[in-house]
Amino acid sequence: MTDSALSIRGLHKVYKSGRHALNGIDLEVPDREFFALLGPNGAGKSTAIGIITSLINKSSGQVQVYGHDLDDSPAMVKSLIGMVPQEFNFSQFETGLNIVLNQAGYYGVPRRQALRKAQQCLEILSLWERRHEQARYLSGGMKRRLMIARALVHEPRILVLDEPTAGVDVEFRRGTWEFLLDMNRNGLTVLLTTHYLEEAENLCKRLAIINDGKIIEDADLKTLIGKLRTQGFILDTRESVRQLPDLPGCRLYTIDDTTIGLELIGNQELNTIFAELSRHNVHITSMRNRTNRLEELFMDLLETHS
Amino acid sequence: MMLCPGGNNRVAFLTILRKEVTRFSRIWLQTVVPSIISTSMYFIIFGALIGQRIGPINDQPYIYYITPGLIIMAIINNAYANVSASFFSAKFQRNVEEILVAPLSPLTILLGYVAGGVVRGISIGIIVALVAACFAPIAVHSWGLTLLIGTMTAVLFSLAGLINGIVATDFDDISIVPTFFLLPLIYLGGVFYSITMLPEFWQHVSRLNPILYMINAFRHGILGVSDIDTRLAILVMAGTIVFLAAIAQYMLVHGTRIKS
Repeated sequence: MTDSALSIRGLHKVYKSGRHALNGIDLEVPDREFFALLGPNGAGKSTAIGIITSLINKSSGQVQVYGHDLDDSPAMVKSLIGMVPQEFNFSQFETGLNIVLNQAGYYGVPRRQALRKAQQCLEILSLWERRHEQARYLSGGMKRRLMIARALVHEPRILVLDEPTAGVDVEFRRGTWEFLLDMNRNGLTVLLTTHYLEEAENLCKRLAIINDGKIIEDADLKTLIGKLRTQGFILDTRESVRQLPDLPGCRLYTIDDTTIGLELIGNQELNTIFAELSRHNVHITSMRNRTNRLEELFMDLLETHS
Repeated sequence: MMLCPGGNNRVAFLTILRKEVTRFSRIWLQTVVPSIISTSMYFIIFGALIGQRIGPINDQPYIYYITPGLIIMAIINNAYANVSASFFSAKFQRNVEEILVAPLSPLTILLGYVAGGVVRGISIGIIVALVAACFAPIAVHSWGLTLLIGTMTAVLFSLAGLINGIVATDFDDISIVPTFFLLPLIYLGGVFYSITMLPEFWQHVSRLNPILYMINAFRHGILGVSDIDTRLAILVMAGTIVFLAAIAQYMLVHGTRIKS
């Protein structure tokens, strides 16, 4: 069996309007990976996901899921994938249980087996108690959990989520992250698209950045963070600082009496900076990131490729 | 891992059928009751009241003569409306994506939706026939022919409804065909009269109406009288079914108006 969960080669999509949504993307998602596809709105994330999940016809290129080609074995590819779309796409008048049961049926799972599996999925997503309610009466967070339960009912090997936490509250977002990390630890490959960089940084080991229908970066998170030209930190000091020393490999600036900003350039080590500051009687009590590091990288990359 | 690799089209077909039957049963006030009320009105007004003043047609009392047409009209309307509304709603609410991401074949989708339309069309047809029996207790001439024509009609209009549901882009598109095409064709297809009552020119024009063949073949099944050759009617219906099925299958395979 192949080690690659998803392999995309030269994927193109030209819509009838003439818009080139994808310009020959290549992507490799290893088995059991937690992978994020990042990009600004209109970059081509949802088009790529749509093609992988058979919701959109590709113009050219190749998509393989666990070694099965989408053109040659579409049914096999489909049964390997579970899809959680960005927007609610179930009948609002169906009950949660029927939505999950029907989906199992579409995937060919016999009714009795589907009932057992639906119960399991709805229970782990805390929806079993409300299984007989029509979907329209569920809260926004519950509806999103219902879509995750529906995507898992046929036991896919790869779960594809398109902006899974867009527009939801912090509690739901954290809960979803925990759940997805748990599923990933149990062997499920997860591919998500997001423009929440915090989400990608917290969840993913590997990510690709897409812009204007092209993959502009595809690497593991550490390598990407290592590409940062500068990193920003905020340092709290024990006493007020009247004058900041001029140190090599960084730029220091005052924010207020007991707070200073630090911009680390290149591979300069923090220990060296702290030692130098201490030598100049500036004692650091705490430190935090100035901004999301991935966000800085993301903006750098977009700027470079635009 | 993976409960059913590659899917299972038989289970998927039964799932679509179950979902469709559940859907129209749940909204029985919109799907079942209107047909019963409108048919009862036809029987009371055209059959019992006006019909008594109209002489027999083809040696059949008028209320008997219109019964097969009213049953087939209910079958046509319900089979068509079920599939067109259901498929278009699935597109509109985007839950058509539930079946597009799943490993079921386009033919399974076609058969599932058509079966749903046939079940509703035939069920309402039976209910209307029971209502009709209260006004006109007819001894059926040929059960076999009646069931064959009723089922073929339901299949044909379920397919037409599916195509309408696939190409429709808004709710107007699924009401235009029943209002502006189906209704006139049904009324001019000989539900309430025999085409032999028309001038020769209009008899020829009427023969271009496919619904004329269904109504007369069904009337032959129930009453044993018809304006046209029943074998020709079956041939026309079978040809139309194959033609519509090919169009619907092509659209589903290529994702016409469903996938971008």
